[in-house]
Amino acid sequence: MRRHFTAVVALAILVWPALAPAADEAGLLSQRAPALAESCAACHGPDGRAQAGIPPLAGNPEAVMRAQLLAFRNNEIPGATVMPRLARGFSEEELKELAAWFAGLDPEEESGSDSNGEQP
Amino acid sequence: MSRFSHDRRTALKLFGLTGAGALLATAGFPLMAGSVGPARVAIVGGGFGGATAARYLKRLAPELNVTLIEPLKRYYTCPFTNLYLGGLREFDSLGHGYDDLRRLGVNVVHARAESVDADNRSLKLDDGVDLKWDRLVLSPGIDIRWGALEGYDRAASELAPHAWQAGEQTHLLKRQLEAMNDGGTFILVAPDNPYRCPPGPYERVSMVAHYLSRHKPRSKVLLLDSKDAFSKQPLFLEGWRENYGEMVEWVGRSGDGRVVRVDAERREVETEFGEIHRADVLNVVPPQQAGAIAHQANVAGDSGWVPIEPHTFQSRKVPGIYVIGDATEAAPMPKSGFVANNQAKVTARAILADLAGLEPPDPRWTNTCYSVIAPEWGITVANVFEVHDGQLREVPGSGGISALGAPARIRRNEARFAESWYAGIALDTWGTRS
Repeated sequence: MRRHFTAVVALAILVWPALAPAADEAGLLSQRAPALAESCAACHGPDGRAQAGIPPLAGNPEAVMRAQLLAFRNNEIPGATVMPRLARGFSEEELKELAAWFAGLDPEEESGSDSNGEQP
Repeated sequence: MSRFSHDRRTALKLFGLTGAGALLATAGFPLMAGSVGPARVAIVGGGFGGATAARYLKRLAPELNVTLIEPLKRYYTCPFTNLYLGGLREFDSLGHGYDDLRRLGVNVVHARAESVDADNRSLKLDDGVDLKWDRLVLSPGIDIRWGALEGYDRAASELAPHAWQAGEQTHLLKRQLEAMNDGGTFILVAPDNPYRCPPGPYERVSMVAHYLSRHKPRSKVLLLDSKDAFSKQPLFLEGWRENYGEMVEWVGRSGDGRVVRVDAERREVETEFGEIHRADVLNVVPPQQAGAIAHQANVAGDSGWVPIEPHTFQSRKVPGIYVIGDATEAAPMPKSGFVANNQAKVTARAILADLAGLEPPDPRWTNTCYSVIAPEWGITVANVFEVHDGQLREVPGSGGISALGAPARIRRNEARFAESWYAGIALDTWGTRS
């Protein structure tokens, strides 16, 4: 599999130079944060744009989120519910990447739909 | 910045690869079908697993040809049907349509998938269409194993509902509860593991007790269990005692709680050691297995569930077919909507990597199961899962249940977060607001 990947990259460089940087940066393999961040969406909404109740994540200051996630992981937030239990499933490095990832997202909602899936 | 801009970026990178793949394929390089034009991914089942898979595949790779097969035009979730039974939610608020997935470019087909031909990579639908696919995702949920519990067949479920798949069964149980006399007995029969929604039976009796305590306070709730231990057990026992006093009684297997025979007409059940219990409303949560298409496609094992490769959730038996959600054998992951939603995302990335000829990403899954014991009393179990030495496991040191004896504020917060979770996951799965 790894050899296959190398072959794809090598041939892409040879055959189609314009694609070489794209292949090199393939987000699927090299970017861990967006993949990890997807699991947060099940409570915090798509891209961390929660609607009500559960705090939104998109566009929050990175330093604040990083401090908060690490504090969850270290059991330092009194009155917390599920977050300490979830944060301990990630390394400190991963939590920092998640904070940076969500900080970089625009908090504004582009669109939504009613329960029929139709645009309002 | 648009909603999906970062995903578009990822997608472009991916299609840089598949574009290269297309060139290589013409040069005789043995690449995947996906490289010879937009690959076709068919998804069977429009619940938490299937709808999420469709959404994330399309978000990450807009050029992909994604077809979602779901007979229902409006899908009702099993999660929160207990809150409907308790009077906390309208049934209609649990229904979700597919227009938002269509808006994303998913081809939603309201038909039933009848059979899979893995050799020819096609899927036969009940409207006669033969759908070709390059990768297939099955998210068929559960089927009831009719007759596995003596006396409990389809006809019996019309008298003693299971209400373990949302819809007419849920309404039937609600009507029976409403028709029950004050002072009556509600019995729930809980199955052995594994089954859909491990804390579900216990939330069910909580919400039934909530309804009865307000409308028929002399009634009794009896839970006859095939197990001696269950999900969030100390929290449920505490919550029942605090909220409903003596109304709820749980009998585990060693206390002769295991039901071996059901007489639905008489609303009676018989336990392992021969005791007969008579109910005014009898709710049987029966033994279950993977949905029918999983058996038809030969991906299910002898257990009735589907063995999967842990990194990708590709079938261990039939390559090219991925299976997610309740149908899978994915312990220690529970069969929950949350987990199905998470599995769908990991599998979407694994499929895209596979189509691009790359290694699948190293996955992580999370789960949070909220259970509502009373309107202001929520509890949770949370977990993070990973692959270690080729096996699924909980990340050491992570996860756990809410604290026992926690202050009312925490219980209230978790009840409110349960509502927020539902709103969040509905938006993340179907793109719907209720």
